[in-house]
Amino acid sequence: MNILEKLSLYLQYPFVQYALVVGTLIALCSSLLGVTLVLKRFSFIGDGLSHVAFGAMAIAAVLNFTNEMPLVLLITLIAAVLLLRTGQNTKIKGDAAVAMISVGSLAIGYLLMNLFSTSSNLSGDVCSTLFGSTSILTLSRTEVWLCVILSVLVVGAFLFFYNKIFAVTFDENFAKATGTRAELYNLLIAVIVAVIIVLAMNLVGSLLISALVIFPALSAMRVFKTFRSVTICSAIVSVVCALLGMLISILAGMPVGSTIVAVNIAGFLLFSVISMTGGKR
Amino acid sequence: MALLRCEHLSLGYDGNSIIGDLNFSVESGDYLCIVGENGSGKSTLMKTVLGLLPPLSGQIRMSDGLTQKQIGYLPQQTSVQKDFPASVWEIVLSGCQGGCGLRPFYNRSEKEKAASAMERLHISNLSGSCYRELSGGQQQRVLLARALCATETLLFLDEPVTGLDPKAAADFYQMIEKLNQEDKITVIMISHDMQAALRYASHILHIGEPLFFGTRQEYLESNARRSFAVKGGAPV
Repeated sequence: MNILEKLSLYLQYPFVQYALVVGTLIALCSSLLGVTLVLKRFSFIGDGLSHVAFGAMAIAAVLNFTNEMPLVLLITLIAAVLLLRTGQNTKIKGDAAVAMISVGSLAIGYLLMNLFSTSSNLSGDVCSTLFGSTSILTLSRTEVWLCVILSVLVVGAFLFFYNKIFAVTFDENFAKATGTRAELYNLLIAVIVAVIIVLAMNLVGSLLISALVIFPALSAMRVFKTFRSVTICSAIVSVVCALLGMLISILAGMPVGSTIVAVNIAGFLLFSVISMTGGKR
Repeated sequence: MALLRCEHLSLGYDGNSIIGDLNFSVESGDYLCIVGENGSGKSTLMKTVLGLLPPLSGQIRMSDGLTQKQIGYLPQQTSVQKDFPASVWEIVLSGCQGGCGLRPFYNRSEKEKAASAMERLHISNLSGSCYRELSGGQQQRVLLARALCATETLLFLDEPVTGLDPKAAADFYQMIEKLNQEDKITVIMISHDMQAALRYASHILHIGEPLFFGTRQEYLESNARRSFAVKGGAPV
C-alpha cells in the first residue's frame, strides 16, 4: 500500500479528521498571538500557564471536584491576567514573573498531590499534563465544536482589535498617553491567551502549546519586516507545520505533539537560512 | 487661560515624594524645556502630567477642550522597540489610534494625516522600510511623525536627541522649532542639553536645587545673579 492510499484510508476515520481540524485551528489561534507574546517577552507564558493549570488541577483533585475544568480555567485566567495586564510598567519583568509563577505553582501542585493524592500513578499524571496525552486523537464531537467556536471567536477578536493590539504592543505608554485604553486591551490579550492555552493544553499538552506560540512567530520574524507580514506569515507557517506534523505522525506512527514541534524546528531552520542568504523583504 | 497648569503638584513613586509643591503653567505656543540632574524626576513629571502615573497630591489642569486625545508624546525608546518588526507606515499610523475609539480600522482622513505628517518630517520615502533597520535620527523622526498624528496642539518630548549624533540632533531641534514657530504647536521637552534648551526654549523649568520656573530671559538673569553671588562660579 503506498503512502497516498494509506493516507486516504486514514482520512476516512472521523477521529483523524477531528484531529486535523482541531490541530489546525489551535495552530492558527496560537500563532496569531505568538508575535505579540514574543515581542512582549512572554515566550514562556504557555509553559508558565500550563504549570498554573497543573497546580489548579491538584487543588481540584484535593478538593474532590468531579469536574475540574471550570476551576482550572478560572485560576489560569487569573494568572494570565496578573501576568499580562500590568504590561511594561511592572517591577518584576515578563520572563522573571512567568518563571516565578510557573515554578511556584508546579511546586505547590506537586506538593498538594503528594500530601493528599489518592492516585497511584503520580508521575504519570504529571507527565501527561506536560506532554499531553494522546487526546488529540480521542476527541469527541462536542470538544471539536467547542474548539471551532472558540477559534472563530479568537480569530474574530484578533482581526477586530488588530490595530489596537499593534499600538499597545509597540508602545504601551504612548498609547495610554494619547487616549487609547491600553489596560483594557492588555486585559483582552491576557484573556484570549488564557483561553487558547487552557483549550490547547487539554488537547495537545503544554510542550506543544509553547512551541506553537514561539516557533512560527520567530520563524516569520527572521524573514519579514512589517507587523502585518510577520503576522500573516506566522499564521501560515504555523498551520502548515501543524498539518505536516500531524500527517507525518499519523503515517509513521509517531507521537503527534513532538512531531509537530520537530517540523516547527525544521521550519525555523529553513527561515533562518533564507534570512542569512539575504532573502529580504 | 493656560493650556496646562500644575498647582502644588507633588509626585513620585509608591508614596515616596521626589518633587514637592511644583507650580507652573504652559500657555498655547510656548516652548518649555524641563531641565535638571539625572534622577531629579523629569520623566516622572512628564509621566504624571500625561496621566501614566497618579500625582501624590496637587492638581493638573488642562484647558477646556484639551483632552488626552489631543496630546502627542515622544517617549524614550524601550527595549521592545529595538527588535520590533514593523514598517514606518504602520508605526506612524498607530498615532491615530487614540481617535479611533472602538472602530477597528483606520479611515481615509487618518491615513491622509499620517501621510502628511511623514511629508512634514521628510520621511515619506521611508514609508515601507523596517523601523529597526533605520538610523537613530530616522527612528526619532518616525516617532515624531506618530506623535504629530495624535496632536495638533501639544507635544511632549522626553529627551528626544539622546543617542543622536550632533548633526542629527541639530536637524531634530530645527524640526521642533519649525513645528513650534510655524504650526504653533506647544512643545514641552525634557532635555539634558542645556545649550540647546537655552537657545530654543521660551520657558525653562529647572527641577532640583534650585527649583525654577520662568522665561528663558528670567532664567539667564537668575543664573547670572547666582554666579555673581558666588563670585564667578560656573552657572548651574
